[in-house]
Amino acid sequence: MYEGVVQSLIDELGRLPGVGPKSAQRIAFHILAADADDVHRLATALNEVKEKVRFCVACGNVAEAEQCQICRDPRRDQSILCVVEEPKDVVAIERTREFRGRYHVLGGAISPIEGIGPDELRVKELMTRLADGSITELIIATDPNLEGEATATYLARLVKPMGLRVTRLASGLPVGGDLEYADEVTLGRAFEGRRQLDV
Amino acid sequence: MALYRDEGVVLRTQKLGEADRIVTLLTRANGRVRAVAKGVRRTSSRFGARLEPFMHVDVQFAAGRSLDIVTQVETLTPFGTMICSDYASYTAGTAILETTERLSAEEREPAVQQYQLLVGALRALSGRIHDSGLVLDAYLLRGLAIAGFAPNFTDCARCSTAGPHRLFSVQAGGMVCGGCRPPGSVAPHSGTVALLGALLAGEWEIADASDARSRREASGITAAFLQWHLERGLRSLPLVERVYRERNVIDDERQERHDVEAV
Ligand SMILES: [Zn+2]
Repeated sequence: MYEGVVQSLIDELGRLPGVGPKSAQRIAFHILAADADDVHRLATALNEVKEKVRFCVACGNVAEAEQCQICRDPRRDQSILCVVEEPKDVVAIERTREFRGRYHVLGGAISPIEGIGPDELRVKELMTRLADGSITELIIATDPNLEGEATATYLARLVKPMGLRVTRLASGLPVGGDLEYADEVTLGRAFEGRRQLDV
Repeated sequence: MALYRDEGVVLRTQKLGEADRIVTLLTRANGRVRAVAKGVRRTSSRFGARLEPFMHVDVQFAAGRSLDIVTQVETLTPFGTMICSDYASYTAGTAILETTERLSAEEREPAVQQYQLLVGALRALSGRIHDSGLVLDAYLLRGLAIAGFAPNFTDCARCSTAGPHRLFSVQAGGMVCGGCRPPGSVAPHSGTVALLGALLAGEWEIADASDARSRREASGITAAFLQWHLERGLRSLPLVERVYRERNVIDDERQERHDVEAV
């Protein structure tokens, strides 16, 4: 245990995801040794993120205004909507530069064992967005794990009566890997999602 | 490091650090085991989907100081793939996994019967042989019976007077005679009592032929019975999707009524 303020810094850092007691101590002493200006910038960034950032009323992504940048951008395709679990998934897909539609952030995946059902996610908001018929394709980009798959199954069934095109991101072999190391589920999905080679 | 090998079913996974997970399994020989799967969340992980809930696997562990470490995994049956492509099966299956974890109170206490029951239940769910709600209720009643809380659906659960009886008491542990009749006893429909008995005994011809009303009532009684024996309620049980299909109108399929509700 360290004296008062040092220990409370270690405790606070230790509450962050992925930071154990050892790492918390290392980060705390790094901050102690760092330049005062650097630490001030970090503190300002932490305060500002809580003051300024909120969630987009339309899609649930992080935003600095009522709507996020993507929802406000008139060049984005209004007819395609991509459903993701978290705002960090929006960032990951944006990095690909493959997608020009808009997003809908659910806020997680359906996980009954954690007590999270459809009502705990932004599913009602999704249905409201789909109701006016201007969206014609829904891309379900939940995580390629069990909970993400179950959430995709649930959403696909829910929107089926609305008659829009529903697609799921392909699952398959990691680029740069060897086939023999792929597990059965991944390899099975890769077979299901195989595509025509046009030469 | 001592290595050991066992077969098991993944009950639960929790994130650990940047890319690892703690995986809880019910194994055939070693009972409930918690182990670390290193790097499993990276897309390049050689474990891939093998350590997701519902997976039936052959695992090699290295005994560790606090938690063991998963060193190798082979898939025996990928139950998860089939189960999560049907939402009702997924929610029923999750309640089965949570119950299994709760009924195996002690880590490393061998639980061969619970293990066999679990694998059987997941096989039935993924094969879509029976209604998912019935598979769940049969699993719950039989799991409780193995844990030492067998309900009695024929003779009086309190004084053993030969049945059949009309009243059911959760506290007494089954059907009760008119003489015993503890406060809070209920009088279920006779079809419900027959269904509960069939689910406990594994008589699927009777269970599959049951009507929607009996299924609804039987699932309510099973849930009450489970809650009575577990210290805390199950988180997943209220989220289980039950589909009760009325089979009254056999000659006109178009009139089949689909009644979906969360129980
Ligand atoms: Zn937005």
